[in-house]
Amino acid sequence: MAKAAGSLSRKANDLLNWFDDRLPVTAFWNNVMTGYMAPKNFNFWYYMGSLALLVLVIQIFSGILLAMHYKPSALEAFASVEYIMRDVEWGWLIRYMHTTGASFFFILIYLHMFRSLLYGSHKAPRELLWVFGMFIYVALMAEAFLGYILPWGQMSYWGAQVIINLFGAIPKIGEPLTQWIRGDYFISDATLNRFFALHVIAVPLALLGLVLLHLVALRENGSNNPDGIEIKKNKDADGKPLDGIPFHPYYTVKDIFGVGMFLILFSFVLFLWPEAGGMFLEHDNFIPADPLVTPEHIKPVWYFTPFYAILKAVPDKLMGVLLMGASVVILFFLPWLDRSPVKSIRYKGTWYKVLLALFTIAFVRLGLLGMAEGTPAQTWEMRVWTLVYFMFFVLLFFMSPGAKTKPEPDRVTH
Amino acid sequence: MKKLAKTLFLTILLLAISSATASAAGGAGVEHSGANINDTASLQRGAKLYVNYCMGCHSLSYMRYNRMAEDLELTEDMVMQNLVFSSSKFADTMDISMHPDQAKAWFGKTPPDLSLIGRSRGADWVYSYLRGFYKDENGQWNNTMLPNASMPHVLWTLQGIQVPVYRQETSKDGFTHEVIDHFELTTPGSQSAQEYEETARDIAAFLDYAGEPAKLKRKGIGVWVILFLTLFTFIAYLLKAEYWRDVH
Repeated sequence: MAKAAGSLSRKANDLLNWFDDRLPVTAFWNNVMTGYMAPKNFNFWYYMGSLALLVLVIQIFSGILLAMHYKPSALEAFASVEYIMRDVEWGWLIRYMHTTGASFFFILIYLHMFRSLLYGSHKAPRELLWVFGMFIYVALMAEAFLGYILPWGQMSYWGAQVIINLFGAIPKIGEPLTQWIRGDYFISDATLNRFFALHVIAVPLALLGLVLLHLVALRENGSNNPDGIEIKKNKDADGKPLDGIPFHPYYTVKDIFGVGMFLILFSFVLFLWPEAGGMFLEHDNFIPADPLVTPEHIKPVWYFTPFYAILKAVPDKLMGVLLMGASVVILFFLPWLDRSPVKSIRYKGTWYKVLLALFTIAFVRLGLLGMAEGTPAQTWEMRVWTLVYFMFFVLLFFMSPGAKTKPEPDRVTH
Repeated sequence: MKKLAKTLFLTILLLAISSATASAAGGAGVEHSGANINDTASLQRGAKLYVNYCMGCHSLSYMRYNRMAEDLELTEDMVMQNLVFSSSKFADTMDISMHPDQAKAWFGKTPPDLSLIGRSRGADWVYSYLRGFYKDENGQWNNTMLPNASMPHVLWTLQGIQVPVYRQETSKDGFTHEVIDHFELTTPGSQSAQEYEETARDIAAFLDYAGEPAKLKRKGIGVWVILFLTLFTFIAYLLKAEYWRDVH
């Protein structure tokens, strides 16, 4: 028995050697998993990245299955989604995986980005890591927007109408540009076809490429950590960071635990609360798209509403579009706006805690106001929070270099 | 001090969330129906009422007879004899024979398919709508949930005819409006008020079910999935704790 097992493992070893002579399998594994030293003081916020990767896999997997049954045609799209919900074996599960996955993707990405604001993960030498992450975020917004038109419900139709018309605010080329995007004079079958193509091929390809770049850039300098100090500064005699532990097995087992916690939450929504009270699946989207009937209250899905609120806060359409664009673009420059000598909120001082708290409240509040119907009082409130949103970056730029910081520790606190 | 700041921050955040959601909530006049899709008898009664009273005009074109039979614990014979009045087969969707163009000519608007009314409007809305019919001053049918809808009160023989009693109300902008205070039954129907509530509840429950037949099963499956994941996560935690014992 032992002999047989021994010969089996020898054979497995031979096979691995055969591959290693032709493809750096072991070397790659050692480089990115067992030989990758990660700081030992990761906390709650450090689960989000691996979980976002998990959701990306869930979306691709469930998306392929959906595409097998979905029909990208204005006449059949709505009915094909109901066909998936009712007649396809486990179709409802596949669809709810995808719809729940979309919202959870944004929840995770927002928490992932917030982590960076907490611990300064965007600061040198990880600026490109942040910039690639921002490109992923923008690609994700495009992917979500394109996907939302596919069920061809009232919100799909009129939401797309509102967003595409935003391009019409651009002087001169605006009108032709919207026609070029739609492929028609109004949102139609042609629009649905091209959005489907972009949603299932073009943007996912871009996303995968960007995720790869994001991970390569991460591996280059390694993860930041809640203390915002470089673990490579303290090495032992072998050149290994004193505060580093191999990513595998330490963080793989920790992330498996994180995956379990996440899937409990994910399954709770998927099985018991898939509409999330009209937040993840909007009530009006269960009415087939009707170009002749405008819904009473058009609003984007929750993950877009903070930016939608900034758009609505400005009376002039073009200025609103520009400001909304600026609210995303400004995030790309965060590594250069944050000029503090320390990275982590733990050592930046009270001023940063206050700024970040206000920024967070502004973002959440704008998100909620973006869903509301828009009374004049709410419009004024949106203006106030829009100002707070942008003031965060302005104040960060001017206050960060001179503000008094607390001394950073030599070793991470664990 | 640190704890206090954190608590304070979270409180403000929660307040910000709650005040906005409160202002977002709305929908005047929708009553709680108490419709329960797990009450199979109620769904069966609802199906029968729907087929008899509603399906003359409103199709359920995403719902199949055989699926309904399976979910509502009915046999093929029961369905074919009691619930199918057209030439439809057992595996067909619940379509109607009225042509949409004709329907438009007769009613001014094609009566919508109600497969998904339980999802777009909700069971409570359906319940309130079915109870919201009244005869207005012009002797026309009207509805509190959908004012000036072209649909007549199909269930009036059951509920009877009710007329509104108005009261004056001054709104914020200082104008005085007449609003419906309550209804008075002028012609009684074959059902008591309580029986009609039950009727409306059964139809609401049936349409809630028809909106998403998978809802009957998915919650039960979900509980098992979550229980399994809880066990999995507990074991994963033990594994993590074991590996991390040597990290100091």
